[in-house]
Amino acid sequence: MKALRNIVDKIKPNFEEGGKFAKLHSTFDAFESFLFVPNTVTGARGAQVRDAIDMKRTMITVVIALLPAMLFGMWNVGFQQALSTGIERTLMGNFWYGFLKVLPIIVVSYVVGLSIEFGVAQARGHEVNEGFLVSGLLIPLIMPVGVPLWIVALATAFSVVFVKEVFGGTGMNIWNPALVARAFGFFAYPTEISGDKVWIAGLKKGLAMDGFSGATPLAECAASVDGGQSVQSLSQLIDSLPSFCDMLIGRIPGSIGETSLIAILIGAVILLATGIASWKIMVSVFAGGALMGLFFNVLGINTYMQLPFYYHFVMGGFAFGAVFMATDPVSAAQTETGKWIYGLLIGIFAVLLRVVNPAYPEGMMLSILLMNTFASLIDYCVVDANIRRRARRVQVKA
Amino acid sequence: MSNVIKIKRGLDIKLKQNDFNESVQPVGVTRFAVKPTDFHGLVPRLLVREGDTVRAGDALFADKVCPEVRIVSPVSGTVEAVVRGDKRKLLEIVVTEDASVEPQSVEKLAPAAADRQQVKDWMLKYGFWPMLRQRPYAIVANPQDTPKAVFVSGFDSAPLAPAYEKILAGRADDLQAGLDALARLTNGKVHLSVHVNQGENTVFHTLKGVELHTFSGPHPAGSVGVQIHHIDAVNKGESVWYMNPQDVAAMGRTMRTGVFDATRVIAVTGSEVTAPGYVAVKYGACLSFLTSCLAGDHVRVVSGNVLTGEKVAQDGFLGYYDHQVTVLPEGDYYEFMGWLAPGFGKFSFSRLFPACLCRKHAYRMDTNMHGSHRAFVMTGQYEKVVPMDIYPVQLLKAILAEDIERMEQLGIYEVAEEDFALCEVICTSKMDVQSILRRGIDLMIKEMN
Repeated sequence: MKALRNIVDKIKPNFEEGGKFAKLHSTFDAFESFLFVPNTVTGARGAQVRDAIDMKRTMITVVIALLPAMLFGMWNVGFQQALSTGIERTLMGNFWYGFLKVLPIIVVSYVVGLSIEFGVAQARGHEVNEGFLVSGLLIPLIMPVGVPLWIVALATAFSVVFVKEVFGGTGMNIWNPALVARAFGFFAYPTEISGDKVWIAGLKKGLAMDGFSGATPLAECAASVDGGQSVQSLSQLIDSLPSFCDMLIGRIPGSIGETSLIAILIGAVILLATGIASWKIMVSVFAGGALMGLFFNVLGINTYMQLPFYYHFVMGGFAFGAVFMATDPVSAAQTETGKWIYGLLIGIFAVLLRVVNPAYPEGMMLSILLMNTFASLIDYCVVDANIRRRARRVQVKA
Repeated sequence: MSNVIKIKRGLDIKLKQNDFNESVQPVGVTRFAVKPTDFHGLVPRLLVREGDTVRAGDALFADKVCPEVRIVSPVSGTVEAVVRGDKRKLLEIVVTEDASVEPQSVEKLAPAAADRQQVKDWMLKYGFWPMLRQRPYAIVANPQDTPKAVFVSGFDSAPLAPAYEKILAGRADDLQAGLDALARLTNGKVHLSVHVNQGENTVFHTLKGVELHTFSGPHPAGSVGVQIHHIDAVNKGESVWYMNPQDVAAMGRTMRTGVFDATRVIAVTGSEVTAPGYVAVKYGACLSFLTSCLAGDHVRVVSGNVLTGEKVAQDGFLGYYDHQVTVLPEGDYYEFMGWLAPGFGKFSFSRLFPACLCRKHAYRMDTNMHGSHRAFVMTGQYEKVVPMDIYPVQLLKAILAEDIERMEQLGIYEVAEEDFALCEVICTSKMDVQSILRRGIDLMIKEMN
């Protein structure tokens, strides 16, 4: 490593002030600090030692936690395609097919997002933040596999610029950038990335067998109710859905990374064991979903309401959102009490939106974005309680 | 022992060092320096010139705003140098000890029989006043104020900190006299805190006229700000005063004997000290005596502990308020892919390193930052090490926004750097928490006066 260090030291002056490539300082710094943890030391006053943790390690851990969902998603892309066309493939064959379909989406997301991040860091004279390492992988995982690459590029660019950079960059954003990218695609190009044809590779080109719908479980559920009236009985609906076990494993159509509850839970275990994600948020999102689901079960006006509450956890992006999206520390509530409220409301609204508003089959995305908006308000109230406690202390004395 | 105040949030960082020698070793120190920079918010007015002869207890400089607050020489001797920095900022007043200089005779004082004014005048006259600090702001106590209480923390919970119950064992009379004097200064109580780990038979348990509190739990339990918060929190317009127990004892001894004596026992600690142990010195002592017991050249000498201390030169001087010296390895090295490597042997409060598997392991920590500065991203970290009903991140953001009213609402009066020091250590974003907080406190001082 000494040799590598010598090379870096040799070219470093070019990127420093007065050097030939001084304008690329941030870029150089990003690569240098990627290779080597800097040799900076603590200041003369204050803490003389620092914890070994840094943002790079934090973010890479989240990326690792996303890998099970990503790898399963790749396999599932191949599996669903094989299922829809009726061809036989091995496990590796399915994975390889999916890998080739998903990789371009991941590459586009990273290239577009990181280019903007590097450019902005350069323009502002900041260091490049690691936040996009996670966002750049989240975006592909919540896209349907049939999404055109130009939409991925456009959505990524939109969310990085208008959700992150205009607010001041990493750490300053109000909404989760990955979710906004998804929402942007959803609302700007509804014909391109929603409907029944986008969830399975090749379906749009009409390559599927006759009678294969490709509809996601959420779409099936939404279709069971029309204008608030049931058009199917509960048993008919459950028959039309994939088996609970398939949904648990994730062998169903859906966004690339969201289908497998098991793969997502592996990620959740990593995030919780390392303490990066807030267990309070995760638990309360599921609790909120369960509460609302149970409430609908009790109400039971139509088929969708009668669907057992735990079906919501295995369908669509509920679990993925709870584990990877709601827990984004920047856009979530920041106070510990606030996290409970924030998570609970996400769960409640997600199920509410799914069941009561069939225009948007996936309530999770909108629910999290809604609560992102209100997270600061929740924190404001929690902090205000602290302020009032302090003020009361004076009054009691007086 | 019924009412133990349990501190649950916090962190004890275990640092590696050689076997600690509990007996106090004498060292021959002849150079001393008082650093005006140790006194936040104090504008110094120099009272001596190079070459002047001073006696122990004679003033070296005074506060321009409050001239009766004078910082005195710890020893009798000659003013060797007045060191100034940029814009002629006063940095150090160096005094060389000279045994031939006649010490001044100090008026004895029986604090139990004295009144508030007598005690105050005595402390101001003989230079013990600056040892008394106040909250809010953690600055030298304002003699015009009457505090609602006085606090003395009988233990220091910082890494490798000295054990006051051992250092002060057998000094009950000195402590009692000092505490009696402090009791005159307030209409309220004198609160003395001990930790359950110190046992129930310490010198602190024998003292009278004080309210004894027992704490349990990790650092910052020993931080006086945390104790004040839990016992009698500071509100707007109030002030409480506090003093280190060794200074209380030094003051008590001087009152009883009539001889100015600023001797304190400091702990010489850290992984790079070959023979860690206690030494008896005075404030401002030159630390060159360490040179013979350093494990290497590439080390950092810190006056104070690793959380709040100040880097000093190897022939630098002990800080006025410091009772500990720590020597650490310097960390100015590059580490290839250090953020990705497993990181055995690295300390981390997080659960991202093997360190989380064995919390009892002691670490040889160096001064590397282990990463570079980032925006606030992670949440809920600071709260785990601040055992107070205060929102640290929100308070720091109010400071960065220079929002005075918000700072006040969020409890700026209750905190000082030492209370938030652990936040700075564990911060993922490598924030300079203590300097931000100090900026906020300085802003408050400016706005409120």
